[in-house]
Amino acid sequence: MAYSFPEEVLEYVFAFLSSHKDRNAVSLVCKSWYEIERWCRRRIFIGNCYAVSPQIVIRRFPEVRAVKIKGKPHFADFNLVPEGWGAYVYPWISAMVRSYPWLEEIKLKRMVVTDESLELLSKSFKNFKVLVLSSCEGFTTDGLASIAANCRNLRELDLRECEVEDLSGHWLSHFPDNFTSLVSLNMSCLGSEVSFSALERLVSRCPNLRTLRLNRAVPVEKLPNLLRRAPQLVEFGTGAYSAENQTDIFSNLVEAFSGCKHLKSLSGFWDVDPAYLPAMYYACTGITSLNLSNATVQSPDLVELIIQCPNLKCLWRERELIEDMTTQVLDYIEDAGLKALPSYCKDLQELRVFPSDPYGAEPNVSLTEQGLVTVSAGCPKLQSVLYFCRQMSNAALITIARNRPNLIRFRLCIIDPQAPDYLTLEPLDTGFGAIVEHCKELLRLSMSGLLTDRVFEYIGTHAKKLEMLSIAFAGDSDLGLHNVLSGCESLRKLEIMDCPFGDKALLANAAKLETMRSLWMSSCSVSYGACKLLGQKMPKLNVEVMDERGHPDSRPETCPVEKLYIYRTVAGPRVDKPNFVWTMDEDAVLRLS
Amino acid sequence: MTMISEEHKKEKLGFEETELRLGLPGGGGIVNEDLVKNTNANGKRWYTETVDLKLNFALKETEKGENLQEEKNLISCSNDSVKPPPKAQVVGWPPVRSFRKNIMAVQKSSSEEGGGGAATFVKVSMDGAPYLRKVDLNMYKSYQDLYGALGKMFSSFTMGICDSQGMIDFMNESKLMDLLNGSDFVPTYEDEDGDWMLVGDVPWEMFVGSCKRLRIVKGTEAIGLAPRAVEKCKNRS
Repeated sequence: MAYSFPEEVLEYVFAFLSSHKDRNAVSLVCKSWYEIERWCRRRIFIGNCYAVSPQIVIRRFPEVRAVKIKGKPHFADFNLVPEGWGAYVYPWISAMVRSYPWLEEIKLKRMVVTDESLELLSKSFKNFKVLVLSSCEGFTTDGLASIAANCRNLRELDLRECEVEDLSGHWLSHFPDNFTSLVSLNMSCLGSEVSFSALERLVSRCPNLRTLRLNRAVPVEKLPNLLRRAPQLVEFGTGAYSAENQTDIFSNLVEAFSGCKHLKSLSGFWDVDPAYLPAMYYACTGITSLNLSNATVQSPDLVELIIQCPNLKCLWRERELIEDMTTQVLDYIEDAGLKALPSYCKDLQELRVFPSDPYGAEPNVSLTEQGLVTVSAGCPKLQSVLYFCRQMSNAALITIARNRPNLIRFRLCIIDPQAPDYLTLEPLDTGFGAIVEHCKELLRLSMSGLLTDRVFEYIGTHAKKLEMLSIAFAGDSDLGLHNVLSGCESLRKLEIMDCPFGDKALLANAAKLETMRSLWMSSCSVSYGACKLLGQKMPKLNVEVMDERGHPDSRPETCPVEKLYIYRTVAGPRVDKPNFVWTMDEDAVLRLS
Repeated sequence: MTMISEEHKKEKLGFEETELRLGLPGGGGIVNEDLVKNTNANGKRWYTETVDLKLNFALKETEKGENLQEEKNLISCSNDSVKPPPKAQVVGWPPVRSFRKNIMAVQKSSSEEGGGGAATFVKVSMDGAPYLRKVDLNMYKSYQDLYGALGKMFSSFTMGICDSQGMIDFMNESKLMDLLNGSDFVPTYEDEDGDWMLVGDVPWEMFVGSCKRLRIVKGTEAIGLAPRAVEKCKNRS
């Protein structure tokens, strides 16, 4: 006799499981758990929109309220994926409109979103609450106007680094006068000026507003009025942070900022006039996240901002530092600025330093590996690093690895491709080797500089928890790729550009590819013949070849393909491919041969 | 640093004989001309492209009978052993998002324009190329910068019909015709009036403000645009 909990009890228990991994694990226990789980799953995460079809998702999970979908491969961020490649959200929205009338949340990353999609979603989902678009494109401000006008229960409209065709700022005025539910608005990537009075009225009538990220077109004079109307703000992004010299602006800003006692996150800061920075200091008490990556102020001003304002000093004396800081800055902060961080931001967890002049031939700032070494020594909670610089040494990397074995994300970009250790002129193999050896929980790694096959030996041996690896201009032979594919047990995403990896390692580790989300290889040496073979032997993978030179049949089989994107899928070859992408599958091989 | 065990080493060396390997018809270690054209043995694709650009540019300069000294320098440059090229030569490197590349350029221009600051993306198509690109015009400071970027994106494109500023002399119609007849490809753009014009007719800043779309066409096709371009130019001055 089988004992089991009644369905209702299991459903109740499952409701406590928020992680997708846990939910997936639960659904594998037995058939009845699978059934119960699928009926009560409310949140879906689709890491690759082509790994599954909307129909399959809807058939399995009939009661979904929130979806998160990712589209293009990560290297699309760096212009490696041409226009028209795919990742259209429309088929998903039109399918969900029919089957999920009560859908509340849509979060998309690197997808093509049209005004048509936005209008459809705004008119179909009556209880729609959250729209987050990260690195998306394909829509205009008209689409935003539909969302504003029709989504009566909207809480979040978050546009992160999207490419929006900005026709005008008029879209904001489409929020009806009786619309009061807004909690979060991020319009930082838009160009046009919105009506300031409409913005002020919107902010005034939404008492639950906690996140407001303005765009560059909002001048600093407008900030006091907005902040006064929303003293409850937790996250705030300024617009352009400079103005003609007017003393009342400064005092108004000081007054407005000091009224915001709940601020935890600050961003924006385009066109910073350092004279206005002190106005913010009064709001800095509880700041945990500071994004200054648009602020082209020089190091002393940044250091002042982060450290030397009167209130912070005071707090320092009382041993209350800026806690849990996530810091994003341009390299104007320089080594000197970074040196100061550990004294005042002991709880720093994440640091991102972006290049101010990535294409300049000569360094324009004094930022070297030393800055990172100092921060790694002084900030014990540092776990996530993104760092652009122009020189690195094995010694520095080894020191960083020993200082911070708790690192989980380490992304280092030395701007000059294949730059060696600047002290010894050797490859940086031992340095990165130390990183993977000491940081046993490392989940994500991006490497740069001069690297031979040796570094991949170290990675294959030590990086057992690594989930995402990004490689460029590295390695000598297929042995490098083979070590990664055969050694990294947790690998999910691998992206490679300009490395001399060819057919052997790929074909020898074909089965590995089914355990990963995706593999991207561009400007490598994988031949068309190998791609065809892989496509033929591995029906659960989509092996997509992308080539600007026309169909690979017009070239010898041994000729390497320009770009290769391989991903596991249960949906078969995709049907929306442009004319420069070909799926290697059995049918194709038979047709073409 | 832990050393890889002897056993492990043997395993690695012997992987070529592993049963898991799927045999590839025809071997797989052959390098053919197509491969060499696009990459050298180390996969340094930027080097070949840089050389091509420099040589073509040098040749066009000779045709115009100018700057022989520059030409000599350029040609001897390309014969040197591999030198690291200017950093911006490779698509996708450094891995910086477009809006971040923008910051320096827009900082410089914002003092004149008084803000704005979003990127100016325009679609670029080239006759015969299978797909579009997008460029952010704010990223470039001059026509030369733009041509360099276009040359990187569309390997058949080289810009030879302009002067050292990147502009075209529209006042001399016959000279213009000669140049267009002699070129493979010329860039054209759609301006705010919806007219298709030859790139290089107005100062750079004006161009950035009025360009809605770019299209790289065969030189002979662009000849049809020349009279209108000359006309518009005359009307402006």
